[in-house]
Amino acid sequence: MQNFEYCTPRTLGETFDLLGENDCQCRVLAGGTDLIVQLRQGALSVDRVIDIKHLPECKQLICDPIEGLTLGATVPCHRIYEDKAIVDTYPGLIDSIAIIGGIQIQGRATVGGNLCNSSPSADSIPILIAYGATCEIVGAAENRRIPVENFCTGPGKNILEKGEILVAIHLPPVPKSSGAHYLRFIPRFEMDIAVVGAGAYVELDDEGRMFNKVRIGLAAVAPTPLYAREAGDLLKGREVSDESIDAAASSAQSIARPISDMRAPAEYRKHLVKVLTRRALWGAINRARGEFVPNAVQNNDQ
Amino acid sequence: MGKKLYINTTINGEAVEFLCEPRQSLLEIFRDHLGMTGTKEGCNDGNCGACNVIIDGVLMNSCLIFAVEAQDRKIVTIEGLASPQGLHPLQQKFLEHASLQCGICTPGFLVAAKALLDQNPDPTEHEVRHWLAGNLCRCTGYDKIVRAVLDAANVAPNTETSLQSSN
Ligand code: FES
Ligand code: FES
Repeated sequence: MQNFEYCTPRTLGETFDLLGENDCQCRVLAGGTDLIVQLRQGALSVDRVIDIKHLPECKQLICDPIEGLTLGATVPCHRIYEDKAIVDTYPGLIDSIAIIGGIQIQGRATVGGNLCNSSPSADSIPILIAYGATCEIVGAAENRRIPVENFCTGPGKNILEKGEILVAIHLPPVPKSSGAHYLRFIPRFEMDIAVVGAGAYVELDDEGRMFNKVRIGLAAVAPTPLYAREAGDLLKGREVSDESIDAAASSAQSIARPISDMRAPAEYRKHLVKVLTRRALWGAINRARGEFVPNAVQNNDQ
Repeated sequence: MGKKLYINTTINGEAVEFLCEPRQSLLEIFRDHLGMTGTKEGCNDGNCGACNVIIDGVLMNSCLIFAVEAQDRKIVTIEGLASPQGLHPLQQKFLEHASLQCGICTPGFLVAAKALLDQNPDPTEHEVRHWLAGNLCRCTGYDKIVRAVLDAANVAPNTETSLQSSN
């Protein structure tokens, strides 16, 4: 691995000074589970690695019934699923982060890093899209908040400009009759990259029979994670039924433009989108109705 | 650029300081500079768990940590498991169940299993298998490892002392 300078700024101001220096290739370090591998493989070259784990803004983890969830960009996955309030309030998020790598990866890896690595198959992104999460981006000159679905621009690419960092992700508060679910297909039980992933968020009426709001996110079926806007919108005001859900799943399938690779041929991915969207929706509906849907953190064993 | 940094940290309860380049992994420092070769390098990219360590109570791959990040942390490595009085119950149970063949994966499994039992002293088989999914073994077929961990959990609650009395 080529050598570089390592910096641990304690304030955002210091961070921007380090990032802004001319002719200095900088990379931001959070959990490092992607960055270190890429540096070691020589896929990236850097002059300076800026470890932002000591910035208070990036360490926040606040689950508030009115404000929603504030998820600092460097909070590792294990801190999220060890927080009972988050496990109970955002089970869809837990579905995804508890299957990213193994336990030792989850001890380091962050949702902020998963987002900034901008892989089309990132597990946390579809469910963030489904929850309607936003990215809090700060720079020396201005701050901006953008929806997660607008963050990634291509494989490994995103909208962050030079000098900007992602400091936090915000998930809106969740009303009572809402639910969310993420699932992916992999050919084994653990430790793999999604062949396809689907996340759904639903808000139902008080009886749990009609859809008030639906958002669906997809992974590994396009150069970026996708927001299946039409698929969600067409369920609005419709009854929860196999037919309505099938229509939404077909709509999600129609926007998928997967590639064939060593994990699966495109046709198979296309098929999976429909199956997984349907299942993600049912999981979200069941949770919205107060039923128990297991995940890697809460399962029937316990 | 890339100048060496002095790092102060705690490894297995002892204050340790070392000089390292920012690009060096914690695994590299253990093995090549501190003479602590118990922690193994399997894949060097986060897939196999052979390099597992516990940092501030959290299980991590030492190949995916820059050594400079170890400043002011508390690290437990495989060398920290056995005590002068004898093997850690997990080590003892790995022997009894023949949970290793070539042994390269064993330190990683032991450290992972310790991290599990520290926070969940009575895991189900499902929980053990889920927890150990990030550790690869090409020899044993995993079953004997899972049995050893479950058996070690039964030795609890105060594993260290109850094992010694059973010896
Ligand atoms: S050597 Fe670190 S995970 Fe394989
Ligand atoms: S005993 Fe050989 S790899 Fe596990």
